[in-house]
Amino acid sequence: MNRRSSGEGMGEIVRTVARWLNGVILTYGIYIVLYGHVTPGGGFAGGVIIACGFILLTLAGGQQLGLSFFSRRAASFLDSVGVLLFLALALGGIWATGTFLENFIGTSDRARFTLFSGGIMPIANIGLGLKVASSLFLAFTVLAAFQILPTSSREEEEDP
Amino acid sequence: MIYPLCFLLILVGLYGVVANRNTVKIVISLLIMQHGVHLLLILIGYRTEGTPPIMDPGTPPTVFSGAAVDPLPQALVLTSIVIGLGVLALLVALCVRLYERYGTFDVGEMTRLRG
Amino acid sequence: MLIPLFIAIPLAVAFLLPLVARGRPIVSDCLANATMASLTIMAFASVGEVTLYHMGAWPTPIGIDLRLDPLASLLLITVNVVGLAAGIYSVDYMRQYRDKRRYYSLFLFLVAGMNGVILAGDLFNLYVLMEIAAVASYALVAFGCQHEELEASFKYAILGTLASSFILIGVALVYGVTGTLNMTHIASRMSDSGMDPSLLFATALFLCGFSMKAALVPFHAWLPDAHPSAPAPVSAMLSGVLIKAIGIYVMARLIYNVFGADQGVLGLLRWLGVISMVVGGLLATGQWDMKRLFAYSSISQVGYIVLGLGLGTPLGVVGALYHLVNHSIFKSLLFLNAGAVEYATGNRDLKRLGGLNRVMPVTGATSLVASMSIAGIPPLNGFWSKLIIVVACVQSGFYGLAAVAVAVSIVTLGYQLKVQRYAFFGAGSPVSTPPRVEPRLMATAMVVLAIGCMALSVLVISGLDDPILIGPAAHALLGGVFAL
Repeated sequence: MNRRSSGEGMGEIVRTVARWLNGVILTYGIYIVLYGHVTPGGGFAGGVIIACGFILLTLAGGQQLGLSFFSRRAASFLDSVGVLLFLALALGGIWATGTFLENFIGTSDRARFTLFSGGIMPIANIGLGLKVASSLFLAFTVLAAFQILPTSSREEEEDP
Repeated sequence: MIYPLCFLLILVGLYGVVANRNTVKIVISLLIMQHGVHLLLILIGYRTEGTPPIMDPGTPPTVFSGAAVDPLPQALVLTSIVIGLGVLALLVALCVRLYERYGTFDVGEMTRLRG
Repeated sequence: MLIPLFIAIPLAVAFLLPLVARGRPIVSDCLANATMASLTIMAFASVGEVTLYHMGAWPTPIGIDLRLDPLASLLLITVNVVGLAAGIYSVDYMRQYRDKRRYYSLFLFLVAGMNGVILAGDLFNLYVLMEIAAVASYALVAFGCQHEELEASFKYAILGTLASSFILIGVALVYGVTGTLNMTHIASRMSDSGMDPSLLFATALFLCGFSMKAALVPFHAWLPDAHPSAPAPVSAMLSGVLIKAIGIYVMARLIYNVFGADQGVLGLLRWLGVISMVVGGLLATGQWDMKRLFAYSSISQVGYIVLGLGLGTPLGVVGALYHLVNHSIFKSLLFLNAGAVEYATGNRDLKRLGGLNRVMPVTGATSLVASMSIAGIPPLNGFWSKLIIVVACVQSGFYGLAAVAVAVSIVTLGYQLKVQRYAFFGAGSPVSTPPRVEPRLMATAMVVLAIGCMALSVLVISGLDDPILIGPAAHALLGGVFAL
């Protein structure tokens, strides 16, 4: 009732379990991102899973809990860093071999289907995963910060 | 046979966009239409009695490409889902801002621009 | 030359701006305008090159290609020059909004998306980059977050997403029939096998989707709301280059170079062009809001371009491409003028303006040049391009279409004179507060575009089949389907 409207979320059990589950979900999401060149998934899907972990925290414990783990400033920073990592890889292709986005980390035939056999793909997946996770969580948090007061049609919004 | 059902889903979404008055319902109908398009795209790459396009270490590539479904439409749909997500975030933010300004979700009330 | 840099540089700077430009707005101003200036220089340097760039060095059927040919060079120059002018203009104009850093980010996304659409060599990359530009434009239209801007942006976003869904269905059908997404491959497969019924359906879907993006009548419902509500430099970009880069250019590419131009599709284009010309022109005469008048005028002039493309003859295509470049320059100049008028007096209503020539001489002079251009007064560039389109109509035997084109040109002269008489000439304004002079950078951007107008009119003196810009572009378009 009062606690929910002030943004503190649900009860103590739910919040604690959500905090434990966040670790599990993050691990799973990072696994999907890193093994993107071997198993289905990759940057997009893994990033969405990581963001959903933090969204679970926000749903269970209110915005304070979610933002205490992953603040808006950090999300905005990681957003840009993810894309700049991907672009750095693409330009690194130009610097190393002369073509945009060319694979310049060598792979050997023996090492197929293992973690380090993808060339630039795992690093590109990490960049994508960072970007998708942080932008999805940022979009959710900013939209959740709108509170329309019932008496007037003014709204209270927190500026990031 | 399955393709007309995909087009039916797309038409249901299109009808929803045209006929609804609530902005949130228009956005949801747009989402249904996009789901229909993604379904069409994946089903075009489907092969009857095909295996998932994940390669095992032992299979030679020719056998794999003869038996697996086409992975290219799946990659296209993944990209398109993420694009749809971005557009959805923008549309929902617009809906919230519109509610803040006009006080209603009804598109019939938002008629300041005319002529 | 490194073609992907046209897309990579604005994307990189767009993502860099939220990181580094946290302090004063001058950092984001300098970064964004330096990016636009370097892109313009690269665009001019790309004239004359014909390249097929394989990204990641993967060969053609497997990899993603970027294609640079004379038509792409022409559009790249147009997009980046107008972008540079709008960027310089926004330094002063956007001071009245709150968040310049995010504005420049979105602006650079728009430019990156348009550059990518122009250079794309396969259908799905085209779709993704078109979506980048479109989503950036939805956000830019809603930038001020006032009532009308949000309403206009919502309408624009819904219709734009519908158009993109139609285009994606078309891409799915083309992939299903031909088995490839690369434009060169599709062209070669189709020239072997001919037109399938599903490919005809895909062509119809593409025409619907891209006509919605290009705002041809009857798909134009979003444009008269979206273009006036955007901030003035964004209106200049949207009306000047976006509807052409992601609407007309892609339609021309697909119809001429990928699917093969057959007479049914060209006839449909002529109909769409003529209806857009007439409806846009007639609706523009009744408007009293300056920017809404210019928006309807955009619909009308885009009708001219599509009519020229629908003729299919070399003269028609040359006229259409020349009118495309001309319209980009003078329509963006008109929107920048309207923005300067709004900045100075605070409103855009023609009934409440008057006598601005005395207070804002630069705006008045450039707007006179642009109005005379768009109305088709010799010797400015608009006259030559409209003349070429009319002569091409007569040459192909469509005397009725030529008569309609001339009539709509007179209507254009009518509403442009309306703007000039009510806003710039005439007695002083009945509004109490005296208007301010426009700042120096805004005036610079407008003068640059006006000089571009006059320079383009000189271009035709060297002959219609000029070897540098428009001639090779028309040859690239008319050269038939892509050869492998």
